[in-house]
Parts: sequence; C-alpha cells; structure tokens
Amino acid sequence: MTTNDHHTQITAALGGLAAEAPTGLMSKVFARWVSAPSSLGDVFVAFTGAGVQFLRPAADTDSIDGTDAIATFAKAYRKRFARPLMPAQKPPAGLLPTLRGRPARALEFDLSPLSDLEQAVLAATRRIPPGQARPYSWVAREAGNPGAVRAVGSVLARNPVPLLVPCHRVVRADGALGQYIFGSAQKEQLLREEGVNVDEVADLANHGVHYLASDTTNIVCFPTCSDARRITPQHRHEFGTLAQAFEAGYRPCQHCRPAVVAA
Amino acid sequence: MDDGHGAAAPHQVVTGDHIDQDAETMNQGTDEATQQLCEALIVDLDAGFAEFMREYSGIVYSVARGLTITAADAEDLASEAFLRAYRALCGYDRARIAQLALRPWLLTILRNTARNAARDATRRPAGPTRREPTEHDLDPGHAIAADPAGRAEQDEAQRGLGTLLAELPEVQRTAVVLRHALGMSIAEIALVLNVKDGTAKSHISRGLQQLRALVTDTVPAGSILRADDTATRNEPGEGGTAHRVLTLGRRRR
Repeated sequence: MTTNDHHTQITAALGGLAAEAPTGLMSKVFARWVSAPSSLGDVFVAFTGAGVQFLRPAADTDSIDGTDAIATFAKAYRKRFARPLMPAQKPPAGLLPTLRGRPARALEFDLSPLSDLEQAVLAATRRIPPGQARPYSWVAREAGNPGAVRAVGSVLARNPVPLLVPCHRVVRADGALGQYIFGSAQKEQLLREEGVNVDEVADLANHGVHYLASDTTNIVCFPTCSDARRITPQHRHEFGTLAQAFEAGYRPCQHCRPAVVAA
Repeated sequence: MDDGHGAAAPHQVVTGDHIDQDAETMNQGTDEATQQLCEALIVDLDAGFAEFMREYSGIVYSVARGLTITAADAEDLASEAFLRAYRALCGYDRARIAQLALRPWLLTILRNTARNAARDATRRPAGPTRREPTEHDLDPGHAIAADPAGRAEQDEAQRGLGTLLAELPEVQRTAVVLRHALGMSIAEIALVLNVKDGTAKSHISRGLQQLRALVTDTVPAGSILRADDTATRNEPGEGGTAHRVLTLGRRRR
C-alpha cells in the first residue's frame, strides 16, 4: 500500500463525514405560535418544547389584518425571548382548557430566560385559586421576598403569560382592583367571571375591613378565600389589620395564608 | 509527491478532483443562494431564518460533530450556534445583513460557541447530565454487538476516522472537515478560521498529513493479514486495513 493510496482513501472517507442534521434541530432553535380563544378574545401564544413562554391578545396588536397582528406579536416575543417563531401544528398540552378556565396540570411553562425574582413571583401568582384574590404584598412574601412589593407590581405588569399565570387575581391591599396588563376593566371582568365577590370586597374595604374571621374555627382569612365566604353572619368577625385579629385570638388560614403560620 | 490536497493540484487525486468540481459549482450556487437568503432575512427575519437553517443545518452539524464527542452534544452546540446567529441578526440593520457572507459568518459563530462552551466547562464543574446518554448518542448506527467477535470488530471500528480526526488540533480538524467533507473553497475556509489563504491551506495539509500518519500507526502490523482477509471477504476489490478503518469510520459517522 502506498502513501498515495492512503491519501485517496482518507479524502474519500472524509467525504463521508458530511452529516445530515438531526430532524429535531429546527425545534431546538425555533419557538412555535398558535392562536387560541380566551375569555378576553383570541390570543397568540408562543411556546418551546419545554413549555409556554408568551401570551398576548391578538386584538392588542392594533392592526387591521391578521398578518400584521402576528408580526407585531413576533416582534414583542423576539424582544423578550430572542428566538425565532414559526406557526405550530397544534397548541401545547393543557393550553386550551386553561384558557377556558379549567387550569390543566399538563400545561408547562418555559420561563427560564426570566430572572429568579420574576420566576418566583409568577410561581406564587400561579398558586392563587380561581375565584380568589391576593394583595401584592402576599405575592412578595410567597415569592420569598417580603420587601419587594413594588417589584412584584412591575413583574406582573409585564407578565409574559397573563391569563395562564393569573396576575388578574393580584389586587391592591386597600381593596381597589389595581392595574392590569390589558386594562382595569378587563381585570374586573375576569374576576367577576371567576366568581370573585368583587362588590362585597369593595364594600368591606370602604368600611376599613380587609380580613374576615370565624369564631367557630378561630381562623382569619382574606375576604375572597373560599373558607371566609362560608362563614355564617352570626359567627363572622371583621378586621382591618391582621394584628387586630391576632390580638383577638385568631390564627391565619392555612389555605389563603394571610400570614405565614407559625411552626 | 506533495500533499496534493484540493485546490493546489486537483488532478493528482481523483477524489480531490471530484471535490474541487463540487466546490466550484457549490460556491457559485452558494453565492446566489446566499443573496436570496440575505434578502429573505431582510424581508421577514423569522421566515428567512427558517430557510437559513434548512440551508445550513447539515454543514453546521457536520462541523459541530467534529467539535464534540457525542451526537447529542453536537446537536446542542449546533442549536446554540444558530440561536446566537439569530440574536446577532436581530441587532443588524438591512445593509449589514445584505453584506454578510452567511456561511463563513455562521461557521465562525459555531467555532466561537464551541470555544466558549469548552472554556465554561473548565470553569464550572460539570453538573449532572440531563439524561443518561443513550446508545444512539454514543454510537449512532451501531448496536452493541453481542458476540465477542462482533465486539472485536466494533472495537476496531472505534478507531475509525472520527476518532483519528479527534486527535488533531481543533483548527486542523475543522480545516480538514470544511475542505474534504464539505468541499468548501480555500478562501471561505480562511474566512472561517480568520487566517490568510496560505495559512488555511497549510492547516488543511498538516491535518491531512497527520491523519495519514495516524492511519498508518493505528494499523498494527500483525493484524494486517487478518484484516486484509476480512476486508477482501466483505468488500471484494477493495483491500487494505487502512481502507477498512476508514470505511468503518465513515459508516460510524
């Protein structure tokens, strides 16, 4: 065998090293988008293989035809997540039921590009059950950062996945509903649709009442807590602050957690 | 005889000749294709990027395969490089995109990504792998042979071209792959490696030289007869252990 033979064979064999890219490569780079119905009208949703990343109302993108709407959505998504988008064949598991108001366990999120605080705030917000509301300070505490009440407001103001992470259930401590990414009117509409006792809470807040307690259980709750709403009038006690309730011998509810339960 | 690789003397080597013709037509085609891709990226970045990926995935993956150990790592590296390219494009204006030499630009990003990944890996202790590497990752195209004879044959396959190539310095390895696996022109390779044409040529020829030395070394003198025997049995008309190692290497990849 000569050197030249070797050479011929080496170059021939090298030619065989040109490989086909694996079929999954495109999906690792591109995120997908779908359009889906929600209680606020049609929304665009962007997601990767790991989960949902971004949701915005289709109408929010003030354009006339559909092509422009999706272009605006893609631009907003790109600015936030820096990934290219292509249309999806079908929505991710759990998206449609969640948008119809039945939160699905199968729905996963891919919020890894967000900061730790953002992720913690969104995770805490996600734990608020439908039909209930919590103040911003509650989210700050549940996110492990009790001082970051304002920061919670900023994080939720740019919630990448509203409706799915129910930031509309976070309200002001004084009883006002507060701002919403799609407008305060939509926030009220969503809360009413879920069955939040909006009028009762506003009425209580007008009288300086922010907590309800039961003298049969000795437990104090947020007024929207399902436990609070079961208290019969003769056993119901109203409090402006938690300190007053504690003084009167009540302990915080373990469901709505108005305060962390002492271990 | 000199190295006779590619552009310098294409007539000396049959396969080299073939590659050169390929490279020429490919480059002409690429220029037009590049122009079209640039326009597509300007018109609609995301749709254009899908075309861009379809065009270059194979090339990027082939080079990534030479920069990593497992197929899964190569896929991760390739996707990371594409994402970086996309993020760079997001910040470019029309004029800049229109002037991009897309293929060498992308391959430069790939090499930088690989270098950064290697640097990060040495700084941070490796965390647990996300999943156990499967047989497919470690050895695509080969199931584990059950019988000892089969395993021995597979061991020999392990010494295939890919393994030999891994022993070259990165710059030579990439140069050789770009030239002889992908048939790129010297000028384009020089752009990717960020060196002058002459230096690119010398990386290619040194790489080939060393590969040849490795092929010769890897073939133990005693095994030539046996291997020759097998080779003739399996592939009549094509003999030689080196050839056998090479074809195994090719199949393995």
